[in-house]
Amino acid sequence: MGGFFNGLKGEAMAYPTDYRYTKDHEWVQLKGNRARIGITDHAQAELGDIVFVELPAIGTSVNKGDNIATVESVKAVGDVFSPASGKVVGINDALESAPETINSAPHVGGWIVDLEVVDLAGLDDTMDAAAYESFVSGA
Amino acid sequence: MSTIFDCRCSEKVGGLFPELDVPAQGVERLIDAAHVRTQPLRLPDLSEPQVARHYTKLSKLNFGVDDGFYPLGSCTMKYNPKLNEAMAVLPGFSGLHPRSDVSRSQGALQLMFELTGFLRGIAGMADVSLQPVAGAHGELAGMFLFKKYFQVRGEHERKRILLPDTAHGTNPASAALAGFSVTEVASDETGRIDLAALDEALDDTVAGIMLTVPNTLGIFESDILQVTEKVHAAGGLCYFDGANLNSYMGKTRPGDMGADVFHFNLHKTMSTPHGGGGPGSGPIAVSDALVDYLPVPRVRLENEQYKLDWNCPHSIGSVHSFYGNFLVAVRAFAYILQLGDVGLREVSENAVLNANYLQQRLKKTYALPYDGLCKHEFVLSGKGLAEGISTLDIAKRLIDYGVHPPTIYFPLTVKEAIMIEPTETESKATLDRFAEIMEIVAREAKENPQLLHDAPVRASVRRLDQTQAAKNPVLKVPLDGE
Repeated sequence: MGGFFNGLKGEAMAYPTDYRYTKDHEWVQLKGNRARIGITDHAQAELGDIVFVELPAIGTSVNKGDNIATVESVKAVGDVFSPASGKVVGINDALESAPETINSAPHVGGWIVDLEVVDLAGLDDTMDAAAYESFVSGA
Repeated sequence: MSTIFDCRCSEKVGGLFPELDVPAQGVERLIDAAHVRTQPLRLPDLSEPQVARHYTKLSKLNFGVDDGFYPLGSCTMKYNPKLNEAMAVLPGFSGLHPRSDVSRSQGALQLMFELTGFLRGIAGMADVSLQPVAGAHGELAGMFLFKKYFQVRGEHERKRILLPDTAHGTNPASAALAGFSVTEVASDETGRIDLAALDEALDDTVAGIMLTVPNTLGIFESDILQVTEKVHAAGGLCYFDGANLNSYMGKTRPGDMGADVFHFNLHKTMSTPHGGGGPGSGPIAVSDALVDYLPVPRVRLENEQYKLDWNCPHSIGSVHSFYGNFLVAVRAFAYILQLGDVGLREVSENAVLNANYLQQRLKKTYALPYDGLCKHEFVLSGKGLAEGISTLDIAKRLIDYGVHPPTIYFPLTVKEAIMIEPTETESKATLDRFAEIMEIVAREAKENPQLLHDAPVRASVRRLDQTQAAKNPVLKVPLDGE
C-alpha cells in the first residue's frame, strides 16, 4: 500500500505467522509459486471504511512494485503494489460488491489478488509476522 | 428538502404574456412537424415567489466564504470582492454570444489578450492559454503538451511521470488520463523532495515531474532549482501545479524556477468564486519549447484588431468549447487590475503572515509534524490530542462553532492531517477567534469527548454516514426524467 501508509506507526496486532509482509502494509501467502496478496489489518484500520476496490484483469503481467489494485476508503485512496513480478491468475471479485470484507477480515476473506510469481527471490525483502509487528509498532 | 421538480403545484405560472399584437399562428405552421415536441417539457409549475423561496432556503443550508471563516487547505477560499461580480455582469460581457463575429467582440478579446499578458508576467513564462476551466483540466492539458513535445521529438519511450508523495490527488489522475504511468518519489524528513530518491527515479523513460510549489505541507521546496535542473538534464519536463500560487505572487515565478507548464487556479488565487463545483478557470502558462502546442484558438493582436487564430498546426487542439469560462476570466482581470503588482505581492505576504501567525499559536495545542516557517498553509495532526478522538471528530465539532472545517486527511504523509489555509482576506480578529475555537475544541476533546463524537449538533443536519453515501448513494431524481 502506498502513499497513505508511508511513515505511519500503529498498535501491534496479531498477524498470521505463515504469511510474509511488506513495508507497504501488504501480506503475501505463498503456496509454491502462487502468492495470495492482501492488505494488513493495520492498513485497513488506518484507511477506515473501505468503499471501493479496483481489481486488475486476470492475465495481467506485473513487475515488482507495479500498482496491481486500488483500495478506496472514506479517507483516502491507497495503491496496492505487487510484491513480486508475475502474472495475475485470480482476483477476489466478491470485493466489488462487498469491499468492507477487507475491514472485517483483512487476512482471509479480504484477499485481493492471486499472483503466479515468476521470480520468488523478489519476495526476499518481505518480513515475517514478528518483524512486521515490530515495524508497525515503530520498534 | 425536496427538489424544485418535487414542489409541483399545478396551474401556477411565473408571468403573464401580453395579448398578441400580430395574428396568431399555429406552431405547426412555423416549425416542421418532425421537429415539434409531442410530450410537454418536464418543467416545474411554480410561481415566482415559490421559486425564490426554494432557492433562498437552499442557500441558507449552504456555508460559503460570505458566511464565515473557511480555512480549507489547498483551496484558497479567499473572499471574492463584489466588484468582480459587477464587472462580470456588464452587458457587453454577459450578453455576448460566443459565436459573435470578432468585429463585435473586440472588448472581450482585448480582455483575454491583456489577461494573458498579466498571467504571463506573474508566471514568468513564454505564453498562456485561458482555455482550461479547472486546475485539474489545466493539468490534463499540460500532460497533453508533454505528450506532444515527446511525440514531435520522437521520444516515444518517455512514458513515466514522477510525483512527490505530497502531490495533489488530481496530479496522478491527470497523468494517467493522458496515458502516462506514475512513479512516486518520497519526501525527506523535512517534507521536501528527496533529491537522492529523485536521482534514482530519473532515466530516459521519464517524461517529467509534476510538482506543487510550495508543496501540500505548505513548505517551500528550497531545492527547487536543483530539482528542475536534474529533470531537465535527464531530458524531462517540469509541470508546476499552481494551486499554491497565493503564497508567492510577485516574490518568485514558476518560470524562474524552471517550470515548463504551470497552471493558474483563477478561482483560488484571483478570487473568483468556487466551492460549489465551479465554474472554475485553470489557464496554463508554458515555456518557449511548448508555445506552438498550446490549445486553439489563440487571441492575437494584428493591425490594432484582436483576432482569434485557429491556424496553429502544431496545437494539441481545443480542450474546451469556445474560450474557456470567459466570465471567470473577467472577474480575475478585475481583481488583478484592482490590486496591481504591489497589491498582488502584498496578497502573498499577508497570506503567508496569517498562516504563520495561526501555526505559531495552534502548535501549542495541536501536533505540528513539520515544524518551521510555512508558506500560505500548514498541516497539523489530530493524532494524540485525546483518547479516541479522530480528526474527523474535530472537524465536525468546528461546524458547531460556525467555522468551515479545514481540509482533513490530506496530505497523506501526515497522519490524521488537518490542513489549514487562512488566506490574506481574514482579519487578525477572525484568526484569533478561530484559534480560540480550536483551543476550546481541544479542551472538549479531553474533558467531554462525546461532544465531539456527536458533532455537529448545531448544523442543519447531524453527522452524515459517509460510508453509505460512498457505497450506496440514493439518487432522488432519476436521470431519465421520470
